[in-house]
Amino acid sequence: MTTTTNKAGAPAAPAARETVLDARGVTMRFGGLTAVRGVDLTVNSGEIVGLIGPNGAGKTTFFNCLTGLYVPTEGEVRYKGTVLPPTSFKVTDAGIARTFQNIRLFGNMTVLENVLVGRHTRMKQGLWSALLRLPGFRRAEAEASQRAMELLEFIGLQDKAQHLAKNLPYGEQRKLEIARALASDPGLILLDEPTAGMNPQETRAAEELIFAIRDMGVAVLVIEHDMRFIFNLCDRVAVLVQGQKLIEGDSQTVQSDERVIAAYLGEPIDETPAAPAKTDGAAETDAAAETAEAPADEDGSGEDGADEAPASEAPAEDDTPADTADAPKDAAAGKENDA
Amino acid sequence: MTTISENPQAPGKAPAAPAGGTGLIGFLPPKAARALTLTGAVLTVASCFLSWTWTPAFPGDLTVYGYPGGLQLQVLVLGALTTLFALSSYGVKGTRWLTPAGADAALRLAALASFATAWFTVGAISVELGGPINLEPGGAVVAVATLLGLVGALGLPFTRPKLLPLDPEDTGWDRFKHRCGNGWATFKASFATGPARKLPSMHSSVEILIITGVLAVALGIFTYGVGTEYDELFLGFLITTGLGFAAVSKSGLVQQATSLTGKHQNLSIAGAFIAAALFPFTQTDDQYATLGVYILIFATVALGLNIVVGLAGLLDLGYVAFLGVGAYAAALVSGAPTSPFGLHLPFWAAVLVGAAASLVFGVLIGAPTLRLRGDYLAIVTLGFGEIFRIAVNNTDGTSGPDITNGSNGIASIPNLNIFGFDFGAEHVIAGFTIGRFANYFFLMLLIMAVVVLVFRRSGDSRIGRAWVAIREDETAALAMGINGFRVKLIAFALGASLAGLAGTVQAHVTYTVTPEQYLFAGPIPPNSAFLLAAVVLGGMGTMSGPLVGAALLFLIPNKLQFMGEYQLLAFGVALILLMRFRPEGMIADRRRQLEFHEKDETPDALAKAGA
Repeated sequence: MTTTTNKAGAPAAPAARETVLDARGVTMRFGGLTAVRGVDLTVNSGEIVGLIGPNGAGKTTFFNCLTGLYVPTEGEVRYKGTVLPPTSFKVTDAGIARTFQNIRLFGNMTVLENVLVGRHTRMKQGLWSALLRLPGFRRAEAEASQRAMELLEFIGLQDKAQHLAKNLPYGEQRKLEIARALASDPGLILLDEPTAGMNPQETRAAEELIFAIRDMGVAVLVIEHDMRFIFNLCDRVAVLVQGQKLIEGDSQTVQSDERVIAAYLGEPIDETPAAPAKTDGAAETDAAAETAEAPADEDGSGEDGADEAPASEAPAEDDTPADTADAPKDAAAGKENDA
Repeated sequence: MTTISENPQAPGKAPAAPAGGTGLIGFLPPKAARALTLTGAVLTVASCFLSWTWTPAFPGDLTVYGYPGGLQLQVLVLGALTTLFALSSYGVKGTRWLTPAGADAALRLAALASFATAWFTVGAISVELGGPINLEPGGAVVAVATLLGLVGALGLPFTRPKLLPLDPEDTGWDRFKHRCGNGWATFKASFATGPARKLPSMHSSVEILIITGVLAVALGIFTYGVGTEYDELFLGFLITTGLGFAAVSKSGLVQQATSLTGKHQNLSIAGAFIAAALFPFTQTDDQYATLGVYILIFATVALGLNIVVGLAGLLDLGYVAFLGVGAYAAALVSGAPTSPFGLHLPFWAAVLVGAAASLVFGVLIGAPTLRLRGDYLAIVTLGFGEIFRIAVNNTDGTSGPDITNGSNGIASIPNLNIFGFDFGAEHVIAGFTIGRFANYFFLMLLIMAVVVLVFRRSGDSRIGRAWVAIREDETAALAMGINGFRVKLIAFALGASLAGLAGTVQAHVTYTVTPEQYLFAGPIPPNSAFLLAAVVLGGMGTMSGPLVGAALLFLIPNKLQFMGEYQLLAFGVALILLMRFRPEGMIADRRRQLEFHEKDETPDALAKAGA
């Protein structure tokens, strides 16, 4: 299942560094709670950028703002210079693909069909074309399944193309989600905790896979709790604490920064408003977060169904910062349970 | 499946017999059991040529020696099937191909089928004529023979499942439940079979010949079922086909036939249509062609609904309204004297008008509601179904504008006349008289072909995959770049216009359209509840499922008049049982089958292509 980095059958890596993603002053408020406050982030082509932070820091909310699941209250997100539309499918069409923190494959479709669905935006055949089987139809279908098989080969699942997605083992489901995202030929891929719940070998394989994706010419923005993984992988790392960007820089800078360590160990942070009464204050905010999010989610993500959106967020808010230091892995596993 | 680690030293007793142990009836040695089964089966066949009762008062006239009639014929077929399976289980040359998945389970079910049908017949004779005294010796012989066959079949050995050991700390009731569970597991295992042998590679002409044969048998069974003349015969038919089909599928023949039809999919579908087109030629009068055309209308609409419910996962509880829109639209432009518009369009134009009207209503209903998810859509469509009926009732010139004649409906819709072919008149084709309903049967078959084509082609395309993706996980589908609203609206509008298409023919077949034909639930089939039931019962997302479901749901209320008011109750109970024991429907979608029976899954079943 190891992936070699030279296997990419895609456009060659670009020579010039171009800004792929440019988020400026992104703020997301759910009622009284500000989940993300004025975050700036840029991702250049050929770059792997990491986004870390304690649980409840607003990383996934920030992701959702980038991909159009939420419409940011303030600020704007540009992809290759154009402002992104506020709907999720148009963002994908523009060239940003994503995976989900709790795997969201189409369980009852085959592996190949999952990737073909990811190809949706790059195919233009509508209903009439399908009904009349116009000349272009067969060609487009053949091309799409060929591309899908290439991607399955890329992640090493070509032999399981006809299996149902939900019957795959956990690690392969994660990989399939990545292949499905890559099928839309994105310029930027957002990975939300791609190694959550994986053992060290699988994590290592995921690392190689992400390098290979970078070599395909796709910029990568990744959320992760596994520090070794993220510092090995990323060219730059941004740290999000309580919805604000604390610091951004290369692995060395971030690793040695006292404030980052403090944030993970749960000590008071100077910059944050809730700093003095850390434990109590944070717990209160978190409780508010849970209640505030259910209604807010529905507005933001287009009737997302009150059952799932808060579920993917709420457990992250449960932990007081003090807890997160010793058990980032546990918390991540807890998140997986509500998938 | 939960795994329970078994402790070999557990108190209580270890699971008893090793593999290949005894049968359900333990005291019979396997050899004797097999011989007994064969004897029983042969005797059953023989007894069908005897007289079962003394008076022709029992319908079907079972008094004749040497000539099986009515229910005897069904028992005869099952007896022959059992005999063949029994011979096959002995490994007799020339019969082994009958049981590619092992003979014993098939034999057991076949024996059960003969037993059930024979005892049903004997029971019906006794009850209706007032006591078993009315049986001739033949009746007693068949009862004993099938019983012997069943006992023998149950004595056949099978691989016993691993039973869960009893927990000594359980209370009595828990122990009872536990024993019941173990008993049930054993019982189920006795009917279990392995995967079927692969078919040997054959010349494709041979394969096509086999498909033709299978289709001919299917046509024969359907024709027989439609033509059953009295309640007992139809009940017997249900028992016979139900258990008989189960037996044949346990033998692995169905699996092989499916793989063949999967290989020659287009050909099989074309063949099925030809077989269906032959149906009117098997009839001497128009009586059963009437049933045929109503079944076709019902099935076509159900198939259209399957796009909406089965593929896109949108629960539509008012689907019959779209049929109504199509029917009313066609009726209004048909030149009927009661139509407030004096229009008389040719049929092709009427079809377009009907489909377009349904399409417009589909978009009108869909556009505001498809942004909602799940239950809301169901409620809105339910409301739309009622609104349609009430609105049509009220646009009678008194309480509203005069468009639809209110509750009187639009009557005396003239028969169609396409290219000089008068659908109302009888025609003689190749010596067969083809009546009015048979004419419409052919037309409806054409419409159904269109719907089948649309279903297959749209399902197997970018848009079809998008529908399934939306059904599976809407958020993820949106993140994959699928415009959820647009794709759902296409499914909804497409489903609506297909129903409208069927409606245009329905208006002409029934002469009259009234609002009361388009209810949410009612005793007569094309209504929203029955349509949905046909889809669920037959198998969501499949093509043949809704067709089978619709045929059954139409025939059962039609044939079993005696059930009267209990019909809906029985129907509900049957639906609950089906959902409990076969939630994927009678004909399982490849995907759904895996969804509900994960433990039985084999990669083989997955690799088998075909939707």
